[in-house]
Amino acid sequence: MKQKITEKIKKLNLDINIDNKLYLNRWKTDEDSHLNVLDNTVCAEHCPQKDCTAFCPARVYEWRDGRIMPGYEGCLECGACRIGCPNGNIQWRYPRGGYGVQFKLA
Amino acid sequence: MPEKFDAIVIGAGMSGLAATYKMASAGLSVALIERGDYPGAKNVMGGVLYRSMMEELISEFWKEAPLQRPVVEQRFWLMDENSVVTTGYKSQEWAQEPFNCFTVFRGQFDKWFAQKCTDAGAVIVNETVVESCLKEKGRVVGVRTSRPEGDLYADVVILADGVNSLLARQLEFHREWQPGQVALAVMEELELPAEIIEERFNLDKGMGATIEIFGDGSLGLVGTGFIYTNKKHISIGVGTLLSQIIEVKARPYEMLEYLKKHPMVSPLIRNARPVEYYAHLIPEGGYRAIPKLVGDGVVVAGDAAQLVNGIHREGCNLAMTSGRLAAEAVIKAHQAGDFSAGQLSFYEESLKDSFVVEDLKKYKDTTHLLEKNPQYMNQYIPFANRAMHEMFTVDGVSKKNKQKKIMKRLFTDKSIFSVGRDVFRLIKAVK
Repeated sequence: MKQKITEKIKKLNLDINIDNKLYLNRWKTDEDSHLNVLDNTVCAEHCPQKDCTAFCPARVYEWRDGRIMPGYEGCLECGACRIGCPNGNIQWRYPRGGYGVQFKLA
Repeated sequence: MPEKFDAIVIGAGMSGLAATYKMASAGLSVALIERGDYPGAKNVMGGVLYRSMMEELISEFWKEAPLQRPVVEQRFWLMDENSVVTTGYKSQEWAQEPFNCFTVFRGQFDKWFAQKCTDAGAVIVNETVVESCLKEKGRVVGVRTSRPEGDLYADVVILADGVNSLLARQLEFHREWQPGQVALAVMEELELPAEIIEERFNLDKGMGATIEIFGDGSLGLVGTGFIYTNKKHISIGVGTLLSQIIEVKARPYEMLEYLKKHPMVSPLIRNARPVEYYAHLIPEGGYRAIPKLVGDGVVVAGDAAQLVNGIHREGCNLAMTSGRLAAEAVIKAHQAGDFSAGQLSFYEESLKDSFVVEDLKKYKDTTHLLEKNPQYMNQYIPFANRAMHEMFTVDGVSKKNKQKKIMKRLFTDKSIFSVGRDVFRLIKAVK
């Protein structure tokens, strides 16, 4: 199943730059992150699959220099990472009132 | 601003707005606290608003509310990689008052609804996050907000803070949701001229259609793709159980692009320009995931209470109804001067007697069945497509032999017993 899906997507030859999607939205970015990895060693030593780097719809989580860096500025505030992190290692809050993404339509 | 309100509502979504409007209209002093710049700024919905439940709050709201299109046709697609089996229903009755449902933009509709709440006397506090409920002697007596000196007090707090429901969890009304209890949906708004939308979807001027896509629309995962028509935009999205998307390591935006490029879909959205991109969780835990709903001085409504009927893509109607029923219980409690869980349990009882819990009960096993049995999505839907292809491809083979071929194909993959079992289980889960 997994392989079939990977193949189907590969066949499309997609080259998605997530920033092109995120740039469509309006943002009011706070100085501080509302997303925090609780314990970096958990990501480094006990999480080979690093699911958050794949399922986050805003691609907030990147594995860089031996740690997960949350690019909170592009967060769509869905909450999936908090529930989906297999180690419960993501501290997830709402951005400060009035900050974050601002939708006009939907 | 009075020091203490009769009620505080957290979250200006469908349930919070419904509760606020109902209580304010009954003369209660209500504060509605919203974290966005304005009500709607953070709200994401596929886009279908049901008339009947909204009308229980504001009669003939369609005459003044900002709506997109009345939905006159609902299509259902069973999609394979290069083909689709379609069904659906279109009705002229849905094209006239009082209508069945509408596509809406929550960014516009919720703002309007909030204004109705203000007109009814409610106070709306925007740009404010509630950090916790204030408790005294075990009962909720107010909320602590992120603002300086931001404590607010009330007889009752209604938690309508959406699917993430951090506050209900803080109160230990439920544990953290599991990845199998929520769907992750991503969606785009695509811009197109109104006439082109009407031509492509075969619609009279101003009318709308919805398409729910099963099978390859969500790459065979438990979930759906969906396409809804707005005035000058098309909403297109895909949602799957979070557990499934994690399992197959798919990226949500790649799944969305897959859907947009699908040969059955792409002609509908040709040359349409993306203007906004969204992601949102949808509660899918169903009946068994409904948390504790009532405590001393507090009730939970809407997505925060997992009140979504995923099988019928209904959510805002359940939210509105739960918000209204919560408000009715609070009004009763206000009259009695008693805000204990016992008094407020009137909400829980009326919710159980309503379609909300009845429907969730009916489908309590369906999502789980589909999750545990991927064959429904990734075997039977392709099979239905191949069967139709066989029957309708004219090639000199007799219809009788074609039928034989179809049945043979089905039973080479599966035994008669396993097909019978799958059919029986599905009927049992939706009956």
